[in-house]
Amino acid sequence: MLKSSIAGTGVMSRSFSPAAVSSRATSMYRSEHESTNHVGQSKCSDDPYDRATNPNGVIQLEIAENRLAMDLVKEWISDNVKASLIDSDISHLVPYHPIDGLLELKTALAAFMGQVMLESISLDPSQMIITAGATSAIETLSFCLADPGDAVLIPSPYYTGYDRNLKWRAGVEIIPVPCRSIDNFRLSISSLELAYNQAMKRGVKVRAIFLSNPSNPIGNLIDRVTLHELLDFVTEKNIHLVSDEVFAGSNHGTDEFVSIADVAHTEGFDKTRVHVIYGLSKVLALPGFRIGVICSFNEYVLATAKKYARFFSVSVPTQRLLVPMLSDVNFALKYIEIKKKRLRRMYELFVEGLEQFGINCFPSSAGYYCWVNMSNLMRSNSEKGELELWDKLLNISKINVTPGSECRCVEPGWFRICFTTITEDDIPVVMKRIKRITANNKD
Amino acid sequence: MRPSTVPLSEVAVSKTHGEDSPYFAGWKAYDEDPYDAVTNPSGVIQMGLAENQVSFDLLEEYLEEHPEASSWGSGISSFRENALFQDYHGLKSFRKAMASFMEKIRGGKAKFDADRIVLTAGATGANELLTFILADPGDALLVPTPYYPGFDRDLRWRTGVNIIPIHCDSSNGFQITIEALEAAYSEAEVAKMRVQGILITNPSNPLGTVMTRSVLELLLDFATRKNIHLISDEIYSGSVFSSTEFVSVAEIVEARRHEEAERVHIVYSLSKDLGLPGFRVGTIYSYNDRVVTTARRMSSFSLVSSQTQKMLALMLSDTEFTERYLRTNRERLRKRYEFIIKGLKSAGIECLDGNAGLFCWMNLGPLLEEDTREGELKLWELILQEVKLNISPGSSCHCSEPGWFRVCFANMNLQTLQVALKRIKEFVDGRKPKN
Repeated sequence: MLKSSIAGTGVMSRSFSPAAVSSRATSMYRSEHESTNHVGQSKCSDDPYDRATNPNGVIQLEIAENRLAMDLVKEWISDNVKASLIDSDISHLVPYHPIDGLLELKTALAAFMGQVMLESISLDPSQMIITAGATSAIETLSFCLADPGDAVLIPSPYYTGYDRNLKWRAGVEIIPVPCRSIDNFRLSISSLELAYNQAMKRGVKVRAIFLSNPSNPIGNLIDRVTLHELLDFVTEKNIHLVSDEVFAGSNHGTDEFVSIADVAHTEGFDKTRVHVIYGLSKVLALPGFRIGVICSFNEYVLATAKKYARFFSVSVPTQRLLVPMLSDVNFALKYIEIKKKRLRRMYELFVEGLEQFGINCFPSSAGYYCWVNMSNLMRSNSEKGELELWDKLLNISKINVTPGSECRCVEPGWFRICFTTITEDDIPVVMKRIKRITANNKD
Repeated sequence: MRPSTVPLSEVAVSKTHGEDSPYFAGWKAYDEDPYDAVTNPSGVIQMGLAENQVSFDLLEEYLEEHPEASSWGSGISSFRENALFQDYHGLKSFRKAMASFMEKIRGGKAKFDADRIVLTAGATGANELLTFILADPGDALLVPTPYYPGFDRDLRWRTGVNIIPIHCDSSNGFQITIEALEAAYSEAEVAKMRVQGILITNPSNPLGTVMTRSVLELLLDFATRKNIHLISDEIYSGSVFSSTEFVSVAEIVEARRHEEAERVHIVYSLSKDLGLPGFRVGTIYSYNDRVVTTARRMSSFSLVSSQTQKMLALMLSDTEFTERYLRTNRERLRKRYEFIIKGLKSAGIECLDGNAGLFCWMNLGPLLEEDTREGELKLWELILQEVKLNISPGSSCHCSEPGWFRVCFANMNLQTLQVALKRIKEFVDGRKPKN
């Protein structure tokens, strides 16, 4: 069977292939193929590290998944066998249900997230939409808040997935607002203002600010004052603010996590412009179950997102299965506490380990990763130098990490390295692997 | 609701989702006053929801006998795998099970490759996803009328793609003709819309009929001539009353030894045949590698939960169960169909000769006061408010001939259906037929 040619010819023309696909499909296809993420993932799946069976395999440090406390979830399941089975009464499972999620799941999630955030906010089930993971939540909000060709401001470095989630189908442009090490990667309102004005001058409509808090990939937390200033900014410009808080509950340091919803509420801002995203993929290490949440205080957004829910609705048996566990307050408290301890330990060991090579981690208090400065190992202080280093890390050290350029970081040499998919015993292995490069570098 | 003070997108505020149509309004009336044999015997009977409840007992039995299918991923040991699995390729075991289920439905007359199956959260998501991939905003898809009202939303709303109807009428049992196809294509050309494909539903919703082999050949020839895609939504393929009558576009592709197969894509779901809409399982099967790869990546926005995939992989690989289910389900649907046809006939109402699906296509033309869309809607309103039946008017399915209605018969028990038929008979008897 003839395969359609795909080499960079832009939109496939009719004369070459049987029936062209859309130009958005074509550009999406090409961009995926070229990303480091794609290359790294392939190497990992072809040759995955396993301490026992494949000790020389590629170690995956690119996925921000927290496997440190999965044993607690397993334990809960074996202690609660009955609650862990789906009711075989089909009429509970099978017919059409509220398309935006079961009320009992929303209620259970609200309770659980309340615990995670130490009761600093209380989520209202009637202001929640359940989505197929946070990926779906981000895309859905893009469809709600912006038209194709419009833009959103996102402080960079930012989560690599945003490019896909906002652009592929919703057609929304991202204007990165660079944060720099000199400012400790803190967001400055003046850079936001600058980016906003530049966009307006170019005739691009800015509809919202999207940010992650705790930050991915940095791991820092936005303080109350900055959150207040952000709310001032979006109020003045009459635009939306989307706070991606999927890493809430990943703070392991002493800084306090403050949700945008908390500030908006206590300081009397108009909450109809504030929308928050949560998900179980990070906080409970259940990415496979596809549970994301949009919390919005805007009736119109809720009504629209509910209509969109037809396109991403979560399976009812899955929802039902989660309700008992999420409603178990004791489990929540225990899980949160133990997870925090383990996270902190891994973080400290990792930072310590890297320090021996003179590699510094940005001091962070949240997230499942370290934001690491490896610029002293680069041959040239440029994106090219960074990618060469990334390549060496992948092919010589055989560890898969995320280069800062993928996250739109403007300073070359930063890498996001996750430490929650490995165990304490793997840390010395990782360090030994890194030594392959630092040793080489000295020559 | 006051409009948002902070502006929303145009898509968010548009009415392109079509959810203001009578098709959906009738559901609201049902929600407000639902029939119940004991507690609300004069309530609205829902005959506008194409759901399959006739074979629930078989599913329940399966789940009871196989508790491992319905837990956190069949045992503690695989819990971890399950919890972490978010690969957009989907579980191989589930895709294999799906492929073999689809083959079974087609009586082994077509083969399906598990690696060409892309999973999405429901057929709704599958149809929208294919549209995003195959068409740009402003492009058009040709869809034969009458069609499922949800297509207005699924194919157009967020994609910005247009639907141009291929008009079909009762003169030939609503079959697609080459003239109608050409006319639709020209209409798109005149409107300066680039036609990217044809989307058919086979078996048809709302007609309840299967497409003939010759019409399928015609469609593939036309798509080839115009160099466009052909999407076949086959979500009712397992609900054909007699298993031998269904011809899938997959068979045509195989008969032509996969020539021009790259333009063919099939949508399937477990919501109708297996009565599992709550599970949100839809698939795209494409013979086009690029479409498969792209669809897979774009499916990130609507992945099926790993737990659900695992559960269904077990169930669908159980050949004894699936064969028995398909056989029994077909038989029960056929009986239901015959029951409702008989009942309607005794009330003097004719239906299109159907052989599939969860509904029949009923002709109330003789009861219309005027032979127009307005006349049809007036009758629909009357039936909803006075007879307390929610049926779907043909106009919400874009039928060009007034007077046709879709009536679902599988989403209720037999007693409720009897009550509904009684009400219809009383209504018809009480009205004078138009002269």
